[in-house]
Formats: sequence, structure tokens, C-alpha cells
Amino acid sequence: MSLLKAENIHKRYGKEEVLKGVSLELERGETMVVIGPSGTGKSTFLRCINQLTPPDKGRVWLDGVEVTHPKCNINRLRAQMGFVFQDFNLFSHLNTLRNVSIGLTKVKGIRKEDARKLAMKELERVGLDDKIDAYPAQLSGGQQQRVSIARALAMEPKLILFDEPTSALDPELIGEVLEVMIKLAKDGMTMLVVTHEMGFARAVADEIVFMEHGVIVEQGNPQQMFSAPKHPRTGEFLNKITELYGETE
Amino acid sequence: MVFDLAWLPQLTQGLLLTLQITTACIAMGIVLGILLALGRVYGNRLISTPCSIYIQIFRGTPLLVQLLMVYYGLPSWGIYPSAFISGVLALGLNTGAYQAEYLRGAIQAVNQGQLMAARAIGMSLPQAIRYIVLPQAFRIVIPSWSNELILMVKYSSIVFSVTLLDLMGVGKRIAARNFRYFEVFVVVALFYLVLVFIISQLLRLLEHRARIPGLGEHAEQR
Ligand SMILES: Nc1ncnc2c1ncn2[C@@H]1O[C@H](COP(=O)(O)OP(=O)(O)OP(=O)(O)O)[C@@H](O)[C@H]1O
Ligand SMILES: [Mg+2]
Repeated sequence: MSLLKAENIHKRYGKEEVLKGVSLELERGETMVVIGPSGTGKSTFLRCINQLTPPDKGRVWLDGVEVTHPKCNINRLRAQMGFVFQDFNLFSHLNTLRNVSIGLTKVKGIRKEDARKLAMKELERVGLDDKIDAYPAQLSGGQQQRVSIARALAMEPKLILFDEPTSALDPELIGEVLEVMIKLAKDGMTMLVVTHEMGFARAVADEIVFMEHGVIVEQGNPQQMFSAPKHPRTGEFLNKITELYGETE
Repeated sequence: MVFDLAWLPQLTQGLLLTLQITTACIAMGIVLGILLALGRVYGNRLISTPCSIYIQIFRGTPLLVQLLMVYYGLPSWGIYPSAFISGVLALGLNTGAYQAEYLRGAIQAVNQGQLMAARAIGMSLPQAIRYIVLPQAFRIVIPSWSNELILMVKYSSIVFSVTLLDLMGVGKRIAARNFRYFEVFVVVALFYLVLVFIISQLLRLLEHRARIPGLGEHAEQR
């Protein structure tokens, strides 16, 4: 049984059908990279998975539990899916440690002292245990994104969804975030990552998905996608972003 | 110019009543303001429409009319509020409407992405509002809230019109009995001035203490 299964997801905003039946499956421990032009519905798709944006049609299962079921406890299920945003969205009135531990105390009901220890452990993992008292506005973009990864990790999610986690960062800060993500992937975290960092994709992706106009055009393992894409649009797009973004890692 | 120091104890009594009324109506206004603001921002139409109608009415009519309607109007419905209750009620209902509007703006100024991030770690909407949105909205609202508090200290003086002996009421009585209007009202004004000064200093301290480290520093440098 796959850890994540999305089936025939549809989403419409007004007249515009943003997602036109997207399906995919992700196995435990896999890293899947989603690429595609701007406005294609990649972010919308990620939000449909954890129901931040409920889809109009289609179903999602996490570890065999239907997330789209009207009677499910969506808050509990959502806590099992980490989400890392393009612009971090750290809680600006809380310091680093509290940003990471607040989900533990308020959502999981863990005692403050224990939550603190768990949060420290995750901050060590992203290399920020020396910044626990800093507030988001006192951190660089790269540091903020690493805190937001630690915030997701602290909930011990079954998978983490990343929505262009490095595209709001200055080029010299991208590396530190990708490094953390690569380590996570190698440690066996299940990850669904929207990104145009092809260096990352080559290093750890088990599968690359190319989306355009609300549908999945093609998917396959990186070697195949890079060297012998079946669909002409896939090749064109891969060439374009490799030129644009290079292969930073 | 003659100001009899023997009037001071009475004026101090009045000052204490002014403080009591202001504190009570501010407290009431805070609770009411939070409920109304949440109703307006997060409520469905059934909740948000009555909230905005309430706010429109209390901001759109004179405070004095509201006070007189409570004190002289409620008895015709069989309710006989004391002068003190009437004063607190009218002022509290009124400031609640204003505070709701300030807080609504502040809530809407909090970055919506953080609300989404809170939901993404499994918080329910009420949890996200309580732990993420409101703590930031409260910080944003402090300056306009300070203005409102200072206004209420001064507006509370209208309660003399329903026979209460607040600072204004006492002053008016002493002045009338001794025909010393100018002297007495100068002292009354000074009392208000000092009170407002102390309160605004305390609020500045609060604003300073509540500041989020690192935020707004760039703006200051410019
Ligand atoms: N909340 C919303 N209300 C209305 N339209 C929306 C909303 N969110 C997204 N859209 C529209 O849906 C389409 C897909 O948006 P989405 O953000 O999912 O694309 P994307 O593939 O993530 O693009 P990008 O690479 O620019 O992030 C866009 O045309 C966008 O304008
Ligand atoms: Mg996007």
C-alpha cells in the first residue's frame, strides 16, 4: 500500500479549472519532485493533498486513511503531513524554539518541557540549535526556511510536502536548505517536493512528475526523464529550467 | 483666584469614580470588541451581519444619546439600571464598537500565510486564531487602542449628566456651590491631564514590552 495516494483531483477557481484530474501515488520513503510552468496548479495540488484547499472532486488517502472523507478528523490527519511554504510563514511573534514546539504543546498536548527537548532535537537536525532565542525577523531567509522544516519535522509527520522551498531565497542561501532536504530524503523521509532545483532532483528524487495546465503530462525516474523524455514538452521544459536555475545543490 | 484646598478630598473621590467607570467600561469594551471583531472577520453572514449593524449603530450615534437612552430609556422596559451601571453600560457598549473596528483591521493585517501554516501543523481554526492571529493582532492594535483608552477617560465625564459624582460631576457641584467655575474647572482639567499622561506613559511601556524583536527595526532606520 502506498503511503500517499491522490485520485482524480479536480479544483476550479471561478471559471478556471486549475486541476483537471491529477492522480499520483507515493511509496513510503520515496522522494517525488514535481515540476511545471507557473500557474499550472502545483501549489493548488499540494494544498489539495492536506486539505488546506479542499478539492472539488477526487480523493486522497494517507497511509490507508481517507483524508477527503467528510467524517475524518482533518486536523489530526493534517498534523501527519508536514508542509513547507515558499515564504516560510513562521509565526513572527514566537522565537525559533516556540515556532517549533507550539504544535507539540497545542496540537499534540505534549508537556512544555518535553516539547522543548523534542524541538531542540529537530533544530539540531537543521543546524540551528544555536538560534533558539532568535525571532523570525532576526533570521536570514535560509535560516527561516530551516526553522520551518524543523517545525514540520517536530510533528513527526508521515510525509512532508514542500512548495518551492528555495524560490524565495537569495542564491547563496539555497544550498543550506537543499542540504537539509537531501539529508532528510536520505534518512528515509517521504517527500513530495515542488521545486525547479534539478540538482536536488538528480541527487535524491525517485521520481519526477511534469505537470502542465492542471494535468500530469509525464512522470518517470530522473535518468529517464532527463535523457529520454517521452513527451516533447517535458524535454523542452527540463532544458529551460536547467538553463534558468543551473544545477545548484 | 481662589481655590480652597478643602475641595481636594471631594475631587479625589470623583477621580476615583472616574477611574472605576473608565476601567469597567474599557474591560467591557475589550471583551465586546474581541467578540465583535471575530464575528465580523470569521463569522458566516448570520453572525457577521448583526455584528456590523451593531458597530454601525454605536459608531453612528452620539454617546450622550446612548447614555440617556440607557438611563432614562430602559426604565420604560421595566429595567432600572443605577446611574453607575448606566454609565458603564453606555460607555462600554460604545467603546466596544470602536475597539471591534480597530481589532478587525489588526486581525486583517496579520499575514494570512501564518494562519495557513498553523492549520498545516494541525491546529483547528479556533486554535490558530487564539495562538497565532490574536497575539499578533493585539500587538498591532495597541497604538489605536491607546487612543481609544485616552478618549474614554475623557468621554467618561459625560456621566455627570446622569447624576454621577465623577471628577466632572464633583467639579461641577463645587463650582456651582461656590461660584468658582474657572478655578475649579482648571483644577478638574489638570486632574484629567495628569491622568491621561500617566495612562499614556503606561501604554507606551506596554507597547515597548510587547514589541517583537527584529520587527520594525528596518522601518525605524529609514
Ligand atoms: N485562492 C485562489 N483563488 C483564485 N485563484 C487561484 C487561487 N489560488 C490559485 N489560483 C489560480 O490557480 C492557478 C494555479 O495556481 P497555483 O498557485 O497552483 O500554480 P503553481 O503551479 O503553483 O504556480 P507557481 O509556479 O507560479 O507557483 C493560477 O492561475 C492561480 O491564479
Ligand atoms: Mg506555486
